[in-house]
Amino acid sequence: MIGSYSDLSERQIDVLREIGNIGAGNAATSLSVLLDEGVSISIPQLHIENYSGVVSAVGDPEELAVGILVHFTGEVRGMVLFLLGFEDAKEIAQMLVGREADDEPVGLSEMKISMIKEIGNILSSAYLGSIGMLTGLTFDISVPYAAIDMAGALLAAPMLEFSVDDTKIMFIEESFQTETKSLRSHVILFADIPSLNVVMEKLGI
Amino acid sequence: MKAGAEKAAVKEPIKVGISDYKTSRSPDQLVTYALGSCVGVSLYDPVSKVGGLSHIMLPTSKLRAAGVDDRMKYADTAIADMVRDMESKGADRAHIRAKIAGGANMFNIHESAFINTIGDRNIEAVKLELDRLGIPLVAEDTAGDYGRTVFFSLADGSVKIQTAGKAGSEL
Repeated sequence: MIGSYSDLSERQIDVLREIGNIGAGNAATSLSVLLDEGVSISIPQLHIENYSGVVSAVGDPEELAVGILVHFTGEVRGMVLFLLGFEDAKEIAQMLVGREADDEPVGLSEMKISMIKEIGNILSSAYLGSIGMLTGLTFDISVPYAAIDMAGALLAAPMLEFSVDDTKIMFIEESFQTETKSLRSHVILFADIPSLNVVMEKLGI
Repeated sequence: MKAGAEKAAVKEPIKVGISDYKTSRSPDQLVTYALGSCVGVSLYDPVSKVGGLSHIMLPTSKLRAAGVDDRMKYADTAIADMVRDMESKGADRAHIRAKIAGGANMFNIHESAFINTIGDRNIEAVKLELDRLGIPLVAEDTAGDYGRTVFFSLADGSVKIQTAGKAGSEL
């Protein structure tokens, strides 16, 4: 049993990172089917950071970004945030639907936002599905919620909910790239300390 | 003297992280980036020109788990600490006034009452605490569904708010 994120042992961190790896592998497969091209993923990083460190691990706090947030509850509780830069979000939407006549130079149409929301949903589900399969745990996943704003303000939403237990935040982060485009996006999994204890007990670590 | 004054004029703003506060004096500038549901509290004594900026995450330290030392995270501990810090730099509590920004609801996520209400609860808790400390709230740019970056000038106590894509404001 851990009382704070900093109590995680090397071995526990390795296992959590591996869970992230398997989740991200499935998520990348889903994304490559959607985009009809190869998608590669980075080696997952497990971060235990203070709050400002969480934001700087992802990038510039003021960068305009699209965030898709999914909440899960049940035997374990947490959130998955799919975060991508605004320009990259436009690229992905264009790969999916082609250029729309009504495209504004600075905006994203409702239709494109809902496509990106769906990508976030598919990625989160693939990710959480792997965790469920590995641990035998079940959880309810919310519908995806989208917001377009400064990356730091988007990241704060899941952080706030998990800031009660500790002065730090643990999250698993991966970034994706496609074959033809260098798109940078992050899938970030947040879980609270009681949930991590449940996962580790299930896995016997 | 002259060279010193020029140096001060181009000085970088002092960054205030999340769950952090900083105090200083004129002509310094304080900045905190990308407030979502968090609340930025700027306190200013126009006489001594001493001020402080706090980036509050949560309303009350009652939420805190045992043994966690994080007074800068909560409205009911951070603001009082920051006032004491300002007083040690020469501020007079009777002159201090407050301007606040933030407390948005970024995602409107129905499954989490916590996230959905935390912005409002932060705003309310900050106002309660200012009231308890006898500090008048003179301006605010709060709530809504968008992020805010706060620039706070200790030369004149002005607060500039930048947003992504919306018109900013000046308090």
